[in-house]
Amino acid sequence: MQTSWLPFEWIVALRFLREGRLQTLFIIAGVAIGVGVIVFMSALLSGLQSNFIRRVLSTQSHIQLLQPAQVTRTLRGPASGTAEPIEGAIVQPPLQQAKSIDQWQAVAGQVRAMPGVKVVSPVSSGPLMVLRGNATRAVSVSGIEPDSYYRIVDLRDKMVRGTARLTGSDILIGTELAGDIGVDVGDKLHITSANGASGVLSIAGVFDLGNKGANKHETFTTLRTAQSLLDMAGGITSMEVTVQDIYAAETIAQRIHAATGVQADSWIKNSAQFFAAVSAQTTANTAIRFFVGLSVAFGIASVLVVVVVQKSREIGILRAMGISQGQVLRVFLLQGGLLGLGGALVGCGIGALALVLWQKFALNADGTPLFPLELDATLFAVAMALASVTGLAAAFAPALRAARLDPVVAIRG
Amino acid sequence: MADTQSSDVVVQLRGVRKAFNAGTAFETEVLHGIDLTLHRGDFCAVMGPSGSGKSTLLNLVGLLDRPSSGTLQVCGEETTAMDDTALTRLRGHHIGFVFQYHHLLTAFTALENVMLPMLGAAGFPNAAMRERALGLIDAVGLSDWKDNLAGNMSGGQQQRVAIARALAMNPQIVLADEPTGNLDTRSADSVFELLRQFNREQGTTFLFVTHNPELGLRCDKTIQVIDGRVIE
Repeated sequence: MQTSWLPFEWIVALRFLREGRLQTLFIIAGVAIGVGVIVFMSALLSGLQSNFIRRVLSTQSHIQLLQPAQVTRTLRGPASGTAEPIEGAIVQPPLQQAKSIDQWQAVAGQVRAMPGVKVVSPVSSGPLMVLRGNATRAVSVSGIEPDSYYRIVDLRDKMVRGTARLTGSDILIGTELAGDIGVDVGDKLHITSANGASGVLSIAGVFDLGNKGANKHETFTTLRTAQSLLDMAGGITSMEVTVQDIYAAETIAQRIHAATGVQADSWIKNSAQFFAAVSAQTTANTAIRFFVGLSVAFGIASVLVVVVVQKSREIGILRAMGISQGQVLRVFLLQGGLLGLGGALVGCGIGALALVLWQKFALNADGTPLFPLELDATLFAVAMALASVTGLAAAFAPALRAARLDPVVAIRG
Repeated sequence: MADTQSSDVVVQLRGVRKAFNAGTAFETEVLHGIDLTLHRGDFCAVMGPSGSGKSTLLNLVGLLDRPSSGTLQVCGEETTAMDDTALTRLRGHHIGFVFQYHHLLTAFTALENVMLPMLGAAGFPNAAMRERALGLIDAVGLSDWKDNLAGNMSGGQQQRVAIARALAMNPQIVLADEPTGNLDTRSADSVFELLRQFNREQGTTFLFVTHNPELGLRCDKTIQVIDGRVIE
């Protein structure tokens, strides 16, 4: 009672917990293991997901804007004699020609002004042939504006040789293509397009996008060079967009489509399979967390039920000396909350330790961590808050039982 | 007597009946129409054979249980229609209890046990309640033991602490259910004298159950409870 700043309920709850030392320690250990598992699993899963997303998004934009696909219109009206479409008509899909996005500068300005949009970068891309001696390779060229494009896909980070700086006569190629046709930085490449346009470009740098196919087929030039090679003077085939919140990409894409009429594909839509996997993983994780939480709750409740039985005579005495039902209720609720919080504190320590060990011992072949894990303070705060609330909830039934004890029966024992 | 000295009346029972399992086939009436008045400063023993209803009477007066019928006034307040909150408040402020098995809270020291009723009523500990508890611990002769955990004290010492605790809120009446029943003769005598001393010095009313006729004879008044009826 030296702790004079504590109210009555806290003093009694803490003393009861201290008195039942062994019980308290065991249940705190039980809660700690549960919370530790939840913290470790949550951090692991979110680390895995964010690592995957980071990898996916380091080589692509969040939203890609494209010219709407051309469709065939079915015949209506006088030809069939009615205003209804002709039933059973054979509709041949049209050839999708490489067409520029209509009024793309205006569209780019409009998208750039939208809330949540970070960067908009025009790209003109198409197929080309690369010639080197007798060797010929089909590649895809992307004409980019480096300043804005590098804020979406930072090719500077991916260069293994040379530089990512582009002038009108430069080209960047992947490591696979460079090895395939035996070229390196400074060499000249002869480029031709299907429509007969051709030119000679100098290799400014060799990149590694982390994907063999991309390293073999992707090349980058300036927007103007690509436009002239692809015969799209002033035109672009797509616009790459990044947004502040990557998970809002689909909503923003829909907004862009509604406002501009261009086709807007978000990375979420394009990675539907990945999201299905994430969703399944999250569901499994949530189920595990729920059942671990439930077992923690039952653990706390069962201990408190025993405590109420053990303490029933003392509860009766407290009631006899004028302690209200509400005060008794709070004494036992507090014990539940404190057990939850205490267990969560230890559990967060266990979880953090497990995460540190995971980072130290789960390594790639090159000795780097399998994937980076972040010790997120929010996760720990949420785990502690949830464990305390679980403790309070679990304590409710035993606490109510304690509060409703008939003092006469309780004192008689 | 009660009517002429109504300002001194601490407890008044009129036609109080108590039945258990009321309304069922197993209904048992334990007290049959008790009339009893206790005044300020009464030092009164309740005697009677086991099962006669002594403890039930004490529980009713202590507001731990409710009568099945009749009226019960404690410290001038009619209690039969009160809810649990009001009864608890009245009990906490005006009634002290001493039980046969002392029933101290073993997680607390002797001093803290004495402070508990005051702490429960005030919500937070303060220096005044500590001072009062120290004074009471000193009055029961346990100053040297004040910081000992209750569980580590002898039966006689624990009962002294229980008496100090019962007096903590300066109650008008202290109810004791066989306070000396679990003690050896010497301790019993010392505890009895302690109760008597508080009764004389502070005018606190005492009502205690005892099986010891010798103690009964040393009281101002003895109430015999036989088969659920009071014979004064």
